[in-house]
Amino acid sequence: MLYRENGQFKASYHADAQVFPILQDKLLVWAFIAFAFIGVPLLASDYVLRALLVPFLILALAAIGLNLLVGYCGQISLGSGAFMAVGAYAAYNLAVRIPDLPLLVVIILAGLVAMAVGVLFGIPSLRIKGLYLAVATLAAQFFSDWVFSRVKWLTNYSASGSVTAPPLEFFGVLVDTPQERYLLCLAFVVVFAMIAKNLVRGHIGRSWMAIRDMDVAASVIGIRPMHAKLTAFAMSSFFIGVAGALWAFLHLGSWEPAAFSIDRSFQLLFMIIIGGLGSIMGSFFGAAFILLLPIVLNQVPAALGVPLATSTVSHLEFMIFGALIVFFLIVEPHGLARLWSMGKEKLRLWPFPH
Amino acid sequence: MGFFLEVVLGGLMAGLLYALVALGFVLIFKASGVFNFAQGAMVLFAALAMARLSEWIPPALGIENKMLGNIVAFVLAALVMVAVAWVIERLVLRPLVAQEGIVLLMATLGVTYFLDGFGQTIWGSDIYKIDLGISKEPLLVLQDTFQGGLLLNRDDIAAAIMAMALVAVLALFFQKTSTGRALRAVADDHQAAQSIGIPLDRIWVIVWSVAGFVALVAGMIWGSKLGVQFSLAILALKALPVVILGGFTSVPGAIVGGLIIGVGEKVSEVYLGPVIGGGIENWFAYVLALVFLLIRPQGLFGEKIIDRV
Repeated sequence: MLYRENGQFKASYHADAQVFPILQDKLLVWAFIAFAFIGVPLLASDYVLRALLVPFLILALAAIGLNLLVGYCGQISLGSGAFMAVGAYAAYNLAVRIPDLPLLVVIILAGLVAMAVGVLFGIPSLRIKGLYLAVATLAAQFFSDWVFSRVKWLTNYSASGSVTAPPLEFFGVLVDTPQERYLLCLAFVVVFAMIAKNLVRGHIGRSWMAIRDMDVAASVIGIRPMHAKLTAFAMSSFFIGVAGALWAFLHLGSWEPAAFSIDRSFQLLFMIIIGGLGSIMGSFFGAAFILLLPIVLNQVPAALGVPLATSTVSHLEFMIFGALIVFFLIVEPHGLARLWSMGKEKLRLWPFPH
Repeated sequence: MGFFLEVVLGGLMAGLLYALVALGFVLIFKASGVFNFAQGAMVLFAALAMARLSEWIPPALGIENKMLGNIVAFVLAALVMVAVAWVIERLVLRPLVAQEGIVLLMATLGVTYFLDGFGQTIWGSDIYKIDLGISKEPLLVLQDTFQGGLLLNRDDIAAAIMAMALVAVLALFFQKTSTGRALRAVADDHQAAQSIGIPLDRIWVIVWSVAGFVALVAGMIWGSKLGVQFSLAILALKALPVVILGGFTSVPGAIVGGLIIGVGEKVSEVYLGPVIGGGIENWFAYVLALVFLLIRPQGLFGEKIIDRV
């Protein structure tokens, strides 16, 4: 009853083109953001912040990036782990080699490096589609695994092959406690999610969707396929690169190439399939779901008094992931995001059925 | 010279296995247009089934003869793969019929995860041996042609013979039986095949079963060489560049592509590895495929894709 748009008239184009056209939505989102910035750091324990919320935010950011490419532009990528790795190692090298560079600049530049690499591996997408592109992006994945473990210069000749992020200073504040790390991630994610949302609403996003839905028709109405595909690759790898830098610096601290293996690529792909292809909101749902599922699987049997071996749990996890992917593709190709919007629609009409 | 030949032969062996996995890809892609990412998982599943059944069956049935036990296990594992094919067709492919290729690809990714988890849950997740009863003693040949001769592994030779036999059986099946002819008809043109009364549903079950059978042979060869373990599924990802190289729709392409990649990998590892750092094997195939995609996207033997945007 409270969730109605009655009486909220849009008198200008500006008002009509808002991200959240319904006042209640807008209030809710602002309240949620305020809670995330103020409430969560005060209430959540260090463990929850460090082990749950920070990874959730960063992976959600990476999932948004991948969603731009796969969900909006329809170009499949199995190499997102590689672009995260590029972001992470670029950030590391920048931070180590130019110590005076501010952290913000380091992370943005790392994103730009990932962007360049993404465009490079996106070039084949101009000639090939779908399945073929999957293999091209797999090439990026395996090549990056090799480069970052073999080219010593990139790891600053570290003996063990693993590298450690330098102390993080953000505008003169040392980012060290879980609360500070969480807030920094949150700030990045909020800003980038807004950018992504506006990208896909604008003319670039529309040209991506046109290419996704039918490339021939899109080029007939004057959309340049090359431009659209390469911008999608560029923006997507920029987001993923920034997420990679954050993942390495804020979550892992010290890492080796295995942190960005092909499993990470698949994990991100699953997030956007389950969360919803072509939905920014869905990327968050998917990231939350994929991160929480293993934890739930670990806790529930123990709570029910049926202790399961760790290996059984990890196999069950595989099976459930696989089954869910197929289930979502068949039953609800738009994922959790679609369920969310259906719920909202129901709420708007409630208590009437239509 | 001897060393070089040995490297090439080693590469051919690895290539043979890639070719077998790629063969499964090509069969399914031709008949149903599905890019079966799960082929690697099917290899793992089949190999696990074979390894465990050959362990369980002989004591249960009181079979003393190792050969006989292996054959029984092989037949049972083949039946298991048919069941898997049937379930996949029923639960995954049929609801997704007429969807875009990218959706089907992601669905087979889901199948991959499911099979990986399911296989290890029911068959166990340790490293298992498949013992085909071939001696490990290497064979020394061509001693008089050049210095030192050539070292050949007996199980490699057996593997090559098995693979060739499999290809021959498949060729006969496709050329001489009515089911095989129906499969080829479906591969050529779905609609035309359906309009003359070929049941597509059944054809898909058959073609997935055949791919499962190929996976079983590949898994058996691989498993007898290196043991059955999870890394099989990842190694099978190498079959993707193989089908790019050979062409998605070409059976000879899969075999030739597999051999080229196998040899190229080993030779570049041995001769280029020391120069630019080892571990080239892991990405050589993919980068080669990438280059091919840029120059000749249809692969060596594939049909030309005319698709201008």
